[in-house]
Amino acid sequence: MQFSRRDTLALGLGAAAMTVLPFRALAAADDAIAAFTGGADLAEGGVTLTAPEIAENGNTVPISVESEGAVEIMVLATGNPTPGVATFKFGELAGAHSASTRIRLAGTQDVVAIAKLADGSFAKASSTVKVTIGGCGG
Amino acid sequence: MAEGVKPRVKAPKSASAGEAVTIKTLISHQMESGQRKNKDGSVIPRSIINRFTCEFNGKPVIEVAMEAAISTNPYFEFEAVIPEAGDMVFTWYDDDGSVYTETKSIAVG
Repeated sequence: MQFSRRDTLALGLGAAAMTVLPFRALAAADDAIAAFTGGADLAEGGVTLTAPEIAENGNTVPISVESEGAVEIMVLATGNPTPGVATFKFGELAGAHSASTRIRLAGTQDVVAIAKLADGSFAKASSTVKVTIGGCGG
Repeated sequence: MAEGVKPRVKAPKSASAGEAVTIKTLISHQMESGQRKNKDGSVIPRSIINRFTCEFNGKPVIEVAMEAAISTNPYFEFEAVIPEAGDMVFTWYDDDGSVYTETKSIAVG
């Protein structure tokens, strides 16, 4: 296949856009994390995020989060147009501090769960989900 | 107001005191994300349920702040500790101001 000058330019622009766009979404996710934690350090472990490795339909991806001793768990989809997914707040009558729901994912991306523990520290878990058909219409 | 919103809750009718029981909730709602476009290319405005709470005899069990990334017909599964007999109240808050509630009585025995 021959590449004309025009094709090469278009390819280059496309590649540039591909690299820039995820960064923009990631920045939004980082902002959301900073707003939730107030810039505190994130420890790995202490929170479990269960998500499928491959989701055929990005419109309903089953996920569950669990963290013993968590007060709140925030779930973020870093590759979505808006990264916020849900924030679970556990009350005094919560059993095991776990919750399951179904979420929308726009494409293959990392899903992040951040738990605010009872002692005020934060824990993080993330999981990469491959999405075959994105769930944002479009 | 969104059409045909119907909450459904699966909770046990009875539990032993102090037992943690699994609660499953589903509410039919289109959860329009505000990202989709209609045939003319204009954006369909966002219309979602943005908050869900569950209380047992007035004490909080779980509260969920929801964003547009929650799927159509939002589903939640969680555990609740049942210290005594009473009513579990589930409340969903819609973007348009509507509030949907459902109550389940749980006996101890």
